[in-house]
Order: sequence, then C-alpha cells, then structure tokens
Amino acid sequence: MISVGTANGSGSQSANLIIHRALFKMGLPVSGKNLFPSNIAGLPTWFLIRVTEEGYPAPADDTNIAILMNPDTWEKDLSKLKKGSVVIYNSDTRMPVERDDLILYDVPCSKIARGVNSKLAKLITNTVYVGALSEIIGIEQEAIVEALKHQFNNKQKAIELNLTAIDEGRNYIKENHKKNQPWRVERRDLTKDKMIVDGNQAGALGSLFGGVTFLAWYPITPSSSLAESLIGYLKQHREYVDGSKTYAVVQAEDELAAAGMVFGAGWAGSRSMTTTSGAGISLMTEFIGLGYYAEVPGVFWNIQRVGPSTGLPTRTQQSDINFCYKLGHGDSTHPVFIPATPKECFEFGWKSFDIAERFQTPTFVLSDLDLGMNPWISDDFEYPDKPFDRGKILKEEDLNKVESWGRYRDVDGDGIPYRTLPGNPHPDSSYFTRGSGHDEDATYSEDPEVYERNMKRLAKKHEGLRVKMPQPKIEHSSSKSKIGVISYGTVHTAIEETIDILQEQKVEIDYLRIRALPLSPKVNEFIDSHEEIFIIEQNRDAQMFNLIKEELDSLNIKKIKSCAYSDGMPMAASKISANIIENTQIKINKKA
Amino acid sequence: MSKENILGLPIQEYKGGKSTLCAGCGHDSITDKIIKACFNNGIKPHMVAKMSGIGCSSKTPAYFLSKSHGFNTVHGRMPSVSTGAALANRKLTVLGVSGDGDTASIGIGQFVHCVRRNAPMVYIVENNGVYGLTKGQFSATADEGSKSKKGVPNEIPPIDLTSLAIQLGCGFVGKSFSGAPKQLTPLIQAALSYQGTAVIDVISPCVTFNNHEGSTRSYNYVKDHDIELQTLDYIPSFTPIDEIDIPQGESTDVEMHDGSTIRLTGTKEDYDVHNRNAAIGAINDSMAKGEHLTGLLYLDNSKKNIYQEMRLCETPLASLEEETTRPTEETLTEIMNSYK
Repeated sequence: MISVGTANGSGSQSANLIIHRALFKMGLPVSGKNLFPSNIAGLPTWFLIRVTEEGYPAPADDTNIAILMNPDTWEKDLSKLKKGSVVIYNSDTRMPVERDDLILYDVPCSKIARGVNSKLAKLITNTVYVGALSEIIGIEQEAIVEALKHQFNNKQKAIELNLTAIDEGRNYIKENHKKNQPWRVERRDLTKDKMIVDGNQAGALGSLFGGVTFLAWYPITPSSSLAESLIGYLKQHREYVDGSKTYAVVQAEDELAAAGMVFGAGWAGSRSMTTTSGAGISLMTEFIGLGYYAEVPGVFWNIQRVGPSTGLPTRTQQSDINFCYKLGHGDSTHPVFIPATPKECFEFGWKSFDIAERFQTPTFVLSDLDLGMNPWISDDFEYPDKPFDRGKILKEEDLNKVESWGRYRDVDGDGIPYRTLPGNPHPDSSYFTRGSGHDEDATYSEDPEVYERNMKRLAKKHEGLRVKMPQPKIEHSSSKSKIGVISYGTVHTAIEETIDILQEQKVEIDYLRIRALPLSPKVNEFIDSHEEIFIIEQNRDAQMFNLIKEELDSLNIKKIKSCAYSDGMPMAASKISANIIENTQIKINKKA
Repeated sequence: MSKENILGLPIQEYKGGKSTLCAGCGHDSITDKIIKACFNNGIKPHMVAKMSGIGCSSKTPAYFLSKSHGFNTVHGRMPSVSTGAALANRKLTVLGVSGDGDTASIGIGQFVHCVRRNAPMVYIVENNGVYGLTKGQFSATADEGSKSKKGVPNEIPPIDLTSLAIQLGCGFVGKSFSGAPKQLTPLIQAALSYQGTAVIDVISPCVTFNNHEGSTRSYNYVKDHDIELQTLDYIPSFTPIDEIDIPQGESTDVEMHDGSTIRLTGTKEDYDVHNRNAAIGAINDSMAKGEHLTGLLYLDNSKKNIYQEMRLCETPLASLEEETTRPTEETLTEIMNSYK
C-alpha cells in the first residue's frame, strides 16, 4: 500500500488520481482512498493506494511506500512506518528524516517543479512525486500518458506540462538513486472493460436512467457530488435541441425546503429526489413523516458520514441505518436500499423510483462517504431490465371504469391504495392530502377505528416491501461452515478479504450481504442454517444487529454476535477476522 | 353576475366543504373571494392545486374548490411543497394559503426563498396577528403596542410581509382586508393572472382572540384605518369589448401576460405601482401612522418566472414518458466508456 501525505488544496488529488489510473491502465485492480479534512486548503490529507492481485478494495494495515510532502504530518507519518518501508520525500521541505531503518528517496520536488515552469511550479510540485514513484516501482510511461489524457480531458498544454514534471521526477531517481527496494508493479490483465467510478457518479447515473424529473438539494459533504454529477448528466442527456429541459433542479435554501419540494413534485407526479447526508436527514425528518402518512413518493439519498451532530464530516460510517429506517415521530418505517458497490448505486438509483412510486412512500438509498466519494474499479452497469413502474395511478379513463374511488382505500388487499394526480379532469379525481388523521376518502377524521384501520393498512403495505426490495445475497458459501457472517454496504469490500484471511487459518465462513430494509425472510433462513452468526458493521451501537434481533425468536437471538466498530476509516479486513477468531464459540484451530 | 362563468360552470363548482372556523372569521370571507375570483376568471377547478401549511388559515383550502387537489402540508412549509408541485406540473394554477404564524414565524425562511425563486403561484397570507388554534398568542406580524385579549401589549416590532416581499423582488404584491370584498376579489383575480409569485397579505380579524379594543387587527380598527390606495377592477381577457365599462375619472390600465387587464382608478396622489422604493416608502409611512395601506402595492410584469429562468419544457414534467426521460442503452454504454 502506498500512502501519500499532502496538504489539502495543494493539487495533490490530481497527482494521486494519475497514479491510481495509471496502475488501472496497467491492468491492476487498484484501490484508492482519499482521506481528506473538512477544510478548503491547508489541513493534512492522505491518499491511500493499494495494489493487490486480488483487487482488495479495503485499506491494508501497513503502508509499504510513504510519500511525504506535508511538513505538518511528517513526523507522525514517519513514525508509523515499519522497518524496511520505502519513503519518497520532498527534500525541499528541509524536514528531518531521522530513521535509518527505512529505504529513503529524497526528491527536491519543489525545485524540480520550479525548473520545469517557475510560474506554475506550485501546480506541478506534486506531479514530480508521480514521476519519482513511477520510476521506483515501475509504473509504465504509456500508462502514465493515458492517465494524464484522462485526468486533463485531452488538454494538450496541461498534459505536456505534467508529463515534463513526471519525466524530471523519473530522471532525478535515475540519476541519484540507484538502490534496491522490494516493491514493483507488473502489468496484468485484470481491469479490462472495467471502469473507475465513484458511488456518487454511479448513483447520479442510476437516477438519470430512472427517469428523474425533479431534484431539490442542499449542499452537504459527502453528497454534493451526487447532485452535481446528476446536474451534469441531465444537461447532456435531457435537454431538447432548443435548450429546453425535461427536468428541474432547485438548490434549496435548506434541507427542510429540499424535502418539501421533493414531496410537492412527487405529489404532482414527478419522479423526484434529493441528496443529502445524516445532518440533512435530521432536518428532513418532519417532511418524511408527512410523506409516510400522506403517502407521497420521493427518493432520499443519504451519503452517510460520521455522526453524531456535525461529527467528522469527511469520514465514513454506517450509522444512519436505524435512524432512516424508523425516521419520524409516531409509528413509521421506510424502505431503505443499501448499496455496497457503484454498480449497486446505479441499480438502486433507478429501482428506488419504482419502489417509491409503487409503494407511494419516501424511499431511502443509504450509501456512505467511502462508496460515494472514492474511486472504485467497477464492472459495467446493467441497463434497466424493466420499464418504469409508476405504481397505482388512476387516470381519467381509469376513473370512468371504477364505481367509487377513495384515495386511501385498500382495494387490492396489499395495503397500497390508488392515487390520482393534480390536473386529472375527472370530476371524482380530486382529494385533499394531509398529514392529519384521515379516512379512506382522505377526509379529516379523528375516529379511533378509522385511525387504527389506516395505521394497520400502512403496516401491511410496508410488510409487502420485505419481498419487493432487493433480496440479500449469499456472497460466499462453503457448505460446511457453521459460522455465518452478515454485513451490508461498503463493509462488504472488507469481508471478501476477511474470507481469504480466515481460509488461510483454515476457518470457513458463509457470508450473507443485506441489501435493503425491511429485512427479507431470507436473513432469518440464513441465521437458521448456521450455529453462530457475526453481524459486521461500521457503527458503535450495532444498529443492524439490533434490528435483526428485534425480529428473531429467542433461540436464534443467542446465536448472533455483533462485530461493530467505527473510527471513521473504511473497515480493515484484519480487524474483522481477528474479531471472529477471538469471539467464535465454534471449535476452530485458533493457532493454525 | 351571470349564473355560469365562461366555462359554463355554476359557482357551486368552485365551492368546498363547510367551514369549521369560528362564526364570523375573516378567513371565511377570504374563502368566498377566492371562490368568486376563480369563478370569474373561468379557471378549470381540476387545474388548481390548493396548498397550505398549518393553522386556521391553512384549513381553508378544504372550504373552497372541492374539485381541486389540495395539499395541507406541514407548518410553515407550504412554499417548498408548492414550488415542487409548480415545477412538476407547470400547467397547474398553484394557490397557496397561509397565515401570519405559518408565514412570518416558522415559515419566514421558506417565504423569503419562495419569493426569490418566483415560481408561478398565488400566495395569500390570512393575517390576523395572532395564533388562533393554540388560543391567542401573538404572531410575528402583531403590531407593537397592540394588546392581547388579556390586555398584555405586544412589545416586539412586527414583520411587514408586503414591504419584505417587495424588497425581495416579488413582482406582484397586494394588501387587502377581509372586510373589503370589492377590493379583494379583483386583487385575487389579478394575482391569478400574474406569471410569477404573487403575494397578497390580507388583514383578517380573528373574532375570537384578536377582535377587542386595543388590538390593531380588530374588525373595527382595520375598518377605520384601511387606506385604499386605489379602486381596482380586473377585466379578464375573454371579456367582450362592449361589456367593459368606460371608467369615470382618471385611470390606468395595466395589461397582464395572459391578456387580462387591471384597471387602477383614483390612485392616491402620484403613487406609481411600478416603483419599488416608492411602494416601500408608502407602506412604511402608513405603518407609522397606524394605518393599513391596501390595494395593489407593487407590480412588475417584466420579471422572468422560474420556468423561463430554468428553460423548463412546455410539457409538464409529470407527464413526460419513459422514452423522453430514460436515455438509451447506447447512451449508457457511451457514458461508461468515458470512465474506462
């Protein structure tokens, strides 16, 4: 694993993305994690690049190659390195390197950059370490050029400038550092036909192909790039030749207003959505309750970050599971999609509209910062395999066919009523939408029986979601294992590696990944068929563990164990495997 | 008045359920004027979206236009829901009713930003200076020194929604009194013809909690202190020329985008309805005198609305079909290739 320590706002992100993409272009399944501060410029930022034959996306425990550019983190970054690690450092910072057990490469990055172009030196100082690293570990020049073309959108001047800086970085190593170090990269054929994409881009694309017509949003890290990507795609793909738009985007004054607009548009028949993070969901809570009770569709993307309160705005966590599922005062639950990969962000992006409209209810997609903002190697997305499901909407001609119609009447026995849209000319089409108690005809009512009947119907409607939401996936099955592991979201990316680590220790596990709430009966079946279950998640309070526990019989409750922790960083596989080894009651050869 | 309007509909088609407000409530008079204005303008009831927040005023959409879809949202949030609805279906006439608590306190932020965005809608504030449903607390529009039913004076200065709206760039700002039917009906009719957000602040006495001696919102006080800026007439676009009265005395005609005309007669002194600064000045002066300046306070027909600013397509977004809103598989492939 390569760790690059720089200062935020110094242009290091493009240097790091060039390394990342060049490795990808060499056919290597590379992972990239940007650990950035909540700041515009100056605070420390790190970029972790991990290359493995297996393509493990989670960060490793140790850094093998450190690139030191930032004097503020210099000492700490150095002290964490294990003996024999490689260090490439900007010697122009005049910071000391007081360890003799490391393989050191001093590179005067600032001076070299000034030599290339004195005016633009600041922009290319970081590019110099791209060249130095490439020379040291063997990143092919051809791959670098391809990465540069992509990064700078084929802008020749920028490409040339950066290429010169890279070449100078390479030359400095060639001329000054002839030494041995253990790390080299070699071309493979493991990324053919794959993309580098982040979850927010994928979610935006999913929304585009879901036919979104209305987006209201309020900027908040780490969700803003989803809205902004979507705006970009909409401009390209959803405007008529005369420039008129088949969509509306409003940057609202706050999250309350964003949610209100989503429901106004959803009520009037638009496929409407918003993007936010936990703090924004807190503000939207009032409206979500209205959407649940008045039965108005809307899609709510929550790119989770670390809470509570402002928390760590630029770090990742899965701590809004319970919150979103049961959001609002009074009895209520909501459908929640939980993607684990960009591919699923795309898929759930369009499917969430179908669910929101079919079930006439606010629908969450719970991604997180790691998935949303980091670059991922992804397979192709699959084009939607079915047409829009706009749900039970009665048009004028439909109303002519029915004898009587009530907005909240359960005609089909599934708890889902029929709705009409404003503008329907049929004399019976109108109804009065309200967040106060109402009967089957949407008339105000405080009648105890009417209230209870309506709430029970809503519960029935939401029960139907258990089998209509994406079902859990058995990601790994060994046929002989007594231990089952359950996880969800981006923790998934560490579980695949966990399985390999455990296999090395002769411990077999089966693995089920939850993809949505409410929980599918299949989760129960999986628990039934194992003697011991670990529920792995990235929060303090074991939120999914508790949700699962609520729905289990007492015998099964004893089987389940929680492995929940969160420090704001993506989960590392080593911690999960260690937890399982330590806590399992199943006989395994612990010394193996 | 003829028994049927231009659409051939009787006025009954514009009525709603029975009011559950207190007998004599100013809000019920406003409801009547809304019914009359929609009837007179020949608006198709099914093309109206009735929007409201929470409070006495926000209950009223149940009492008019029962053939229209209605949405009683949450407290102070009518503007955002209306904005969403207006953008989802641009063919709808969005008619929002709110109160002074709903708009000037909990909803002031949404009011402000709604006005800035200029989505086509009529925004009526039924303003009584008091919280009725929670039994008589002052609202943010209560005048300084005005006394509560228990005799306690309000010590905080009021928010004046009309001058605030003008300041924010609202292109149609009116003020009226629930007890002034001749002024209020044409004002609502004109607002319904406006192409952006039209704000009408209507003083509407609360007969139960704010109609006593010492209150500046009592029926008697407002009646005595209502200074009508001008006489308003609204002439719908479909009115045959020979039915248009020839005005007596000096008048100004303002043509609206939908072809209708607002006729302003006997406007006070040199008041220019298109002059923002003058309008704000006149409102401030009248407030200082403890008066309510009513009428069409400000009009700007040149402002672009949100549909024009956004370049929204003519077809309502809600009616767009899948072939328009879901790009092709080839497009997806192209986009994915750009990530490779």
